[in-house]
Amino acid sequence: MRNTNNIILETAVKVLLFFIALYSVYIFTAGHYYPGGGFIGGLMTAGAIVLLLITYDIKTVVGILPVNFRILTAIGLLFAIGTSAGSLIFDAPFLTHAFGDVHLPILGDLSLHTATLFDLGVYFVVVGVTMTIIQTIGEDE
Amino acid sequence: MSLLHLAIVAPLILSIFIPIFNRIFRRIHTGWFVLPLPILLFVYFLTFLPETMSGKLVSKMINWIPSLGINFTAKVDGLGLLFSLLITGIGALVVLYSIYYLAKNKEMLNNFYVYLLLFMGAMLGVVLSDNLIVMYAFWELTSFSSFLLIGYWYERDKSRYGAQKSMLITVFGGLAMLGGIILLYIMTGTFSFTEIMSQANEIFNHTLFVPALLCILLGAFTKSAQFPFYIWLPDAMEAPTPVSAYLHSATMVKAGIYLVARFTPVFGEHFLWLWLVAGVGVLTMIWGSVFAVKQTDLKAILAFSTVSQLGLIMSLLGVGAAALHYEFLDENIYTVAVTAAIFHLINHATFKGSLFMAAGIVDHETGTRDIRKLGGLMHFMPITFTISIIGAFSMAGLPPFNGFLSKEMFFTAMVHVTEMDIFNLETLGILFPVLAWIASIFTFIYSMILVFQTFTGKYKPEKLDKKPHEAPMGLLISPIILVSLVIIFGFFPNLLSDSLISPAMASILPSLLGAGEEFKVHISFWHGPTIELFMTLGVIILGLVLYKTHARWKKIYKGIPEKLALNRFYDFLLEGLQSASYKVTNTYMNGSIRSYLVYIFAFLIVILAATLFGKNAFTVSTSNVSSIGVYEVALAILVVLGSICILFAKSRMTSIILLGAVGYTVSLFYVLFRAPDLALTQLVIETISVALFLVCFYHLPKLRKFETRMRFKLMNALISVGVGAIVTLIALSAHSSKLFDSISRYYVENTYTEAAGKNMVNVILVDFRGFDTLFEITVLAIASLGIFGMIKLRLNRRNEG
Amino acid sequence: MEIVMAFVIGILFMTATYLMLSKSLLRIIVGTGLLSHGAHLLILTMGGLKRGAAPILGGNAESYTDPLPQALILTAIVISFGVTAFFLVLAYRAYQELGTDNVEEMRGTQKDD
Repeated sequence: MRNTNNIILETAVKVLLFFIALYSVYIFTAGHYYPGGGFIGGLMTAGAIVLLLITYDIKTVVGILPVNFRILTAIGLLFAIGTSAGSLIFDAPFLTHAFGDVHLPILGDLSLHTATLFDLGVYFVVVGVTMTIIQTIGEDE
Repeated sequence: MSLLHLAIVAPLILSIFIPIFNRIFRRIHTGWFVLPLPILLFVYFLTFLPETMSGKLVSKMINWIPSLGINFTAKVDGLGLLFSLLITGIGALVVLYSIYYLAKNKEMLNNFYVYLLLFMGAMLGVVLSDNLIVMYAFWELTSFSSFLLIGYWYERDKSRYGAQKSMLITVFGGLAMLGGIILLYIMTGTFSFTEIMSQANEIFNHTLFVPALLCILLGAFTKSAQFPFYIWLPDAMEAPTPVSAYLHSATMVKAGIYLVARFTPVFGEHFLWLWLVAGVGVLTMIWGSVFAVKQTDLKAILAFSTVSQLGLIMSLLGVGAAALHYEFLDENIYTVAVTAAIFHLINHATFKGSLFMAAGIVDHETGTRDIRKLGGLMHFMPITFTISIIGAFSMAGLPPFNGFLSKEMFFTAMVHVTEMDIFNLETLGILFPVLAWIASIFTFIYSMILVFQTFTGKYKPEKLDKKPHEAPMGLLISPIILVSLVIIFGFFPNLLSDSLISPAMASILPSLLGAGEEFKVHISFWHGPTIELFMTLGVIILGLVLYKTHARWKKIYKGIPEKLALNRFYDFLLEGLQSASYKVTNTYMNGSIRSYLVYIFAFLIVILAATLFGKNAFTVSTSNVSSIGVYEVALAILVVLGSICILFAKSRMTSIILLGAVGYTVSLFYVLFRAPDLALTQLVIETISVALFLVCFYHLPKLRKFETRMRFKLMNALISVGVGAIVTLIALSAHSSKLFDSISRYYVENTYTEAAGKNMVNVILVDFRGFDTLFEITVLAIASLGIFGMIKLRLNRRNEG
Repeated sequence: MEIVMAFVIGILFMTATYLMLSKSLLRIIVGTGLLSHGAHLLILTMGGLKRGAAPILGGNAESYTDPLPQALILTAIVISFGVTAFFLVLAYRAYQELGTDNVEEMRGTQKDD
């Protein structure tokens, strides 16, 4: 990928990136109640990294984020399958999810879902896949 | 899973471990690991003898697909036990023989033994399954393993040719048999043989009865190499000799005979059954024996002789079916045909097995099987000579060997045909004994050729590759055991009569037996000066004369075209099929993506339009439409404009931007249509897609339009307008006619109670329809790995060379 | 609105088909992109449009739009992204190896002709 060397873009990205990343995490966690979820969150995170890629070059991005995205994909798949298979231990059909409410001292009432773990798998897979695609194409010159 | 089931699948299980044994114990011949199993199974099946002798059945069932009536029912009766003992007994001897026959270091032993065990398990499955579908599955497995074994030396053209031929013919028959089984199912409503048999009388006049009969017989005839399907058997001789001895003479080719015997209680009373089984059998017998005389290859002689002997057994079973028409047991003269069939089945396995092994020894020790090169080996290989002469004399029907006894009974049965007064047999019946007698003369001649051309006469060392010497003891054990059986059964035939023959007959002709009755079988040497004795004497005298003069009259065969007409027909058919299908495929599979897409779209239009208007499904109703707002109209115009503009875009950048514009507009549509998740996803995806397109297009050439001809454009336009129109019509109809209530009410009601979520779309994705999502991310992962592989793995010619 | 959408979808399918029938790989890929848009809108329209509030509980809505088509489309969007990416890279690699992006020239020649 070409180094665009664009001062305005570089400066703007430094600020924007955190907002996008934060928002993507928010949108992922909110997914069960409000629009969002693993797909959108993952895509948005990937979008943030793509923005970084467009602004800087691939080597810089690999330096900032030394993640093997193929392994991230695998981890995501494991999460999804693991959460789905977890219900088998409790003699429930594959993919049965559980949820419960927990009261934590500072954060207040929390609703915890195993479905969120599944969604986290989706999130990882989406980020991993998108970034694998973009990175491999970008690296190929 | 009972012990009986385990016994059937034990060879299959062992076959999994063979490669491991072969790898770990390189110094030990893999055959030694295989050998204990058939011996063990043989002993195990012997324990069933008391049960079947007292007329009892042993039946064990495992549910497999109960909803379709398919259960793995293993049933041991007289017939099944006889075959099981043959399979495991001969199997053990063949494995022992193969250990010395196949060199440890040169051959692919693990392949060989895996295939052999596969066959053994499959064959046991065929003869012990009561459920016809299970039987069919095992039946095809025997065809496959036979294919693999014939093609064992796959680097030889002839092996591959023979393997393919046997596969095509036997699998064709197998499919016909499956058709027959399904027809039986339609008539009786069950796949269980026992139940079908109990309904035999009710289905006799069913219109499907005759087609089912023909289909089953087709399966039996192809497998047992009956005329005109026998052509695969001579070519199957390309297999290693142990395989020929095992599959292609003793067991697999007898599966067809088993099938005929098995189905005699169902079909036996029909005149077609008698005529076809007996007629084809006699024809095969005479055809095989006549052509066996012509052969010069030891194994080819044995192959044609096997064809002929299989015909003999088949014809006996056909004649034996006549017993069903004479419902009095005591003086029923036709049961002798069935007795003879079973007796000869056993005898054939013993003498033909030993002859094959002897032929293998000759091949092994001299390097050739061509009888024109062989001669005078008697002095070098006295033991092999003894084995061969006993086997051949038994095959020729000479006393005191077991072949003599069954041949005598065969003549008895054939002579009885002339006394039948059903199905026009009173006039044509005379043909049976005459043809049988002629075939026996030829059998005598080729038996003599087999032994005396090889072992007597002039020794021709200059034509042999090696100096012949007697085979090692290991190779000789198995044929010696078999010829001892030939002699033992010859002198004490009644060892078999009560233990094996009578129970097997009870399975073939159950309707003749009352409760607690059994067939009285007594085989005796001397019948007095009967017609059979004179027939045998005639065979010997005429056979001797013809053998002595055969060098002179053998020229007649030259008058027949060198290639057998049937083989030529097979080759012609195969090549014709191949070239015809090649041509047909080439006319429409021309390698152009566009043509394929044109087919797809054209079919889409035709099929959807036909359904839409054929079923009167096209309706337009405006009663239940939602309101049209300004924004929606604007967006609709944008989408339409954008997509049409792409058609005329001159540069790649324009088309990407237009595609992006359409995508973003669609995401705005999602906003208006109250789908916030979709809108978000579409927005982000569109952004990433555009980035992706840009990155990729950077590498790709400029957009060029290749299509210039007006006709080409017009065709494309026509098809695309058609697709657009049909989709519009479907969208309209789908909206206007709601056949069912929406199922989404369930999701709306249960999202909070069942999954404790509020965003229904997300809950559906991760919870209610989690499987979809699971597989979707798997697909995504595969796609990304595919992309990674395409770019990073460069296994092309440039890098290799 | 559904009637209007039916025509919009028809036009999307039409242009997509026309692009896919052309000989340039790039146009084929753009065509598949349009086709997936058309298919998504088709699924959405078939379920009925604007039949209530967005499918998110709370907010005291009396009825909601059909959430099932939306879930299906969400899956389809992401899948079509993966497939498009795959197709793009396939086209790119084919161009690298074969030196052409004209599908008619990619047919190759049969050896035994």
